[in-house]
Amino acid sequence: MKELALMKGNEAIAEAAIRIGVDAYFGYPITPQSEVLEYLTLQRPEERTGMVILQAESEVAAINMVYGAAGTGKRAMTSSSSPGISLMQEGISYIAGAELPCLIVNVVRGGPGLGTIQPSQADYFQSTKGGGHGDYRLIVLAPASVQEMADYVELGFDLAFKYRNPVLILTDGLIGQMMEKVELPPQKARIEEFDQSWVITGKTPDRERNIITSLNLDPDLQYEHNLKLQEKYRSMNEDVMFERIGCDDAEFLLVAYGSSARICQKVVDIARGRGKKLGLLRPQTLFPFPTDEIARLSRQVKGIMSVELSAGQMVEDVKLAVNGKVPVYHYGMLGGKIHSPEDVLSAVEDKFIGGL
Amino acid sequence: MKEITREENLVYRRTPLMTDATLSYCPGCGHGTIHRLIMEVVEEMGIQSETIGVAPVGCAVLAYDFMDVDFSQAAHGRAPAVATGIKRLWPDKFVFTYQGDGDLAAIGTAETIHACNRGENITIFFVNNGIYGMTGGQMAPTTLEGMKSSTSPYGRNNETMGPPYKITELIAQLSGTYYVTRQAVHKPGPVRKAKKAIRKALEIQKEKKGISFIEFVSNCNSGWKMTPNDSNIWMEEHMFPFYPMGDIKVDGKLVKG
Amino acid sequence: MTEEIIIAGFGGQGVLSMGKILAYSGIMQEQEVSWMPSYGPEMRGGTANVTVILSDDRVSSPVLQSYDTAILLNQQSVDKFESLVKPGGLMIYDPNSITCHPERDDIRIFQVNAAEEAARMKSPITFNMVVLGAYIKVNPVVDLENVIKGLRKSLPERHHHLIPVNEKAIQRGMEIVKAAKLHA
Repeated sequence: MKELALMKGNEAIAEAAIRIGVDAYFGYPITPQSEVLEYLTLQRPEERTGMVILQAESEVAAINMVYGAAGTGKRAMTSSSSPGISLMQEGISYIAGAELPCLIVNVVRGGPGLGTIQPSQADYFQSTKGGGHGDYRLIVLAPASVQEMADYVELGFDLAFKYRNPVLILTDGLIGQMMEKVELPPQKARIEEFDQSWVITGKTPDRERNIITSLNLDPDLQYEHNLKLQEKYRSMNEDVMFERIGCDDAEFLLVAYGSSARICQKVVDIARGRGKKLGLLRPQTLFPFPTDEIARLSRQVKGIMSVELSAGQMVEDVKLAVNGKVPVYHYGMLGGKIHSPEDVLSAVEDKFIGGL
Repeated sequence: MKEITREENLVYRRTPLMTDATLSYCPGCGHGTIHRLIMEVVEEMGIQSETIGVAPVGCAVLAYDFMDVDFSQAAHGRAPAVATGIKRLWPDKFVFTYQGDGDLAAIGTAETIHACNRGENITIFFVNNGIYGMTGGQMAPTTLEGMKSSTSPYGRNNETMGPPYKITELIAQLSGTYYVTRQAVHKPGPVRKAKKAIRKALEIQKEKKGISFIEFVSNCNSGWKMTPNDSNIWMEEHMFPFYPMGDIKVDGKLVKG
Repeated sequence: MTEEIIIAGFGGQGVLSMGKILAYSGIMQEQEVSWMPSYGPEMRGGTANVTVILSDDRVSSPVLQSYDTAILLNQQSVDKFESLVKPGGLMIYDPNSITCHPERDDIRIFQVNAAEEAARMKSPITFNMVVLGAYIKVNPVVDLENVIKGLRKSLPERHHHLIPVNEKAIQRGMEIVKAAKLHA
């Protein structure tokens, strides 16, 4: 039977984590994502599933606890918001280098620095281009509803284990703080039987010792390791996800993810109400990025606008995909302010005035 | 020949839990001895298949090349957090960190203090040689006043650089620590005592009584720019007065300081 | 049907919980809903507002710049949101402590003396339910029955004994709401 609830996005992530049987959460309070840890501690998951919950002394410690826990082959996660995610970058780089599966949630707030606690999408570069030191990528999921916040926890772990790679849910204060109807997954037990061939469990006589490390001082071996990582990142393309809204006959296209995609959905509704053929491509994965789909659409439309709560970050990937075939614009909002559908619509009319 | 290799004639044997890899430590360094003592205890307790080590950043960054147990390498200073993550998910395994002074007492101070305060059921092996060895002999939080290093070339000036501090005495104050002791491995006597301390530490972990923490005051003849023998004499004369040997906390009770 | 509502007032007036009950009521009648609060330090003693959307279709933008209905419970909110009601839309406000009354003549404006009524009922905490009653009387987007179900879902078990008081407050709100006389 469907179990419906009215929940904040942050709470949906926490409840989904308990229900899909996540083994451990390590976190540190920061607005606007503190509800994740608050909800988890309130729910006594240690009694519901035996899930480990620990409030760490810092985001730095939290991500390193995730690193340690992920090395046991179990499902470990953390969540934070922009300044805290910046603190975690060292650990995330190590996790990527050591090829450990884990889930990280960034409920983005406006920056730079302490910035604001209001929603923003200004961490796109940090999330999709690596974020810490070294050539690495995270799989980046961009939920646009409370339902997707819940669903992407399990999806995130599935992908993390498929590729032995950290997965980031990139959301923001708008989706995190908003309540919507959400259908919760059924309660599952934590996974007891799993692949332990590579994990740290204690060396038995029948195998060599397992070592979790990102260190390789031999440049030849480090080179090979990097080639292998790059090949892995390329192979992630098969898991690219996006939603097409009004794209079939679109003459102009918006590209937006997460909260901004929700706003653009309304823009499309209003424009379509006025007989204008506006479409929206909503990437659900930001890495891998729907490059091929945007390239395809660029052969159909007269212009594309990337709509982001940033000064223009995803627009660079859109431009790479379009490769000069049609004009690509950016519409953005900064500093924790949110553009309204009307704001976006007037920008669309301004840029696409001839066609619309 | 066969007569000689009989069990009852055995006076020395390398523990099989040390790998065949050649130690990357400088000749005369204490790390190799400490590694071996830990592995001897793991062997004697029969817990190899339940033991997980956490390696630091520092000279012991490659500790997992030498000790034949499962290992996780950690970012600089983060070993206690990594060990916390492992231990919380494998509460019945033996988890230890192996850290130097820069790792544990400078960049990792927060992780050290908080893991100790929470009383994580892990063992921390802390090797204090008063210097950053791997990066080439820079000043450490434990470098003595007046001691020369590549970043205190005229000697540590307490006024401007801050004085050395005793993190071991500090963490002993926390309720989460159960056994805190300071040992050395430069002579047979101290080696025997150090091994007993390691055994005690791992037994405490088995009983889940909280943190067991062993500081090994050790030498760094390369960093100190001395012969191995001179460095051990210098250590006894200068390090031991500031970092005195012996137990600091036993059975959760302070016994000194 | 899509109803886009802004509820705004002082922190502590029950603005957010009123929105939550409304959203729950929508779920009870199988609608899609969203509830988007202003959040952060401004909530602590300052103004609070929440955008609630009830719709038969998937909800698009949870943040809006124009609303079908504005429920405004202090002067700042009237000042801020009066102009954002869509032409032909609805505004409900509590005239208590309002000195500059709304003036638009292209929207329907109603008054509910909720603070006064809640005080008379010796249950100031049900203030927001009086307002809710006024709203569902003027614009019955949700049935009273579903509101009560929504209350039951949104209140923790230990507060369920308060449901009858809240129901009474909703009914009083339905009775006392009246069209505002635009000042002559």
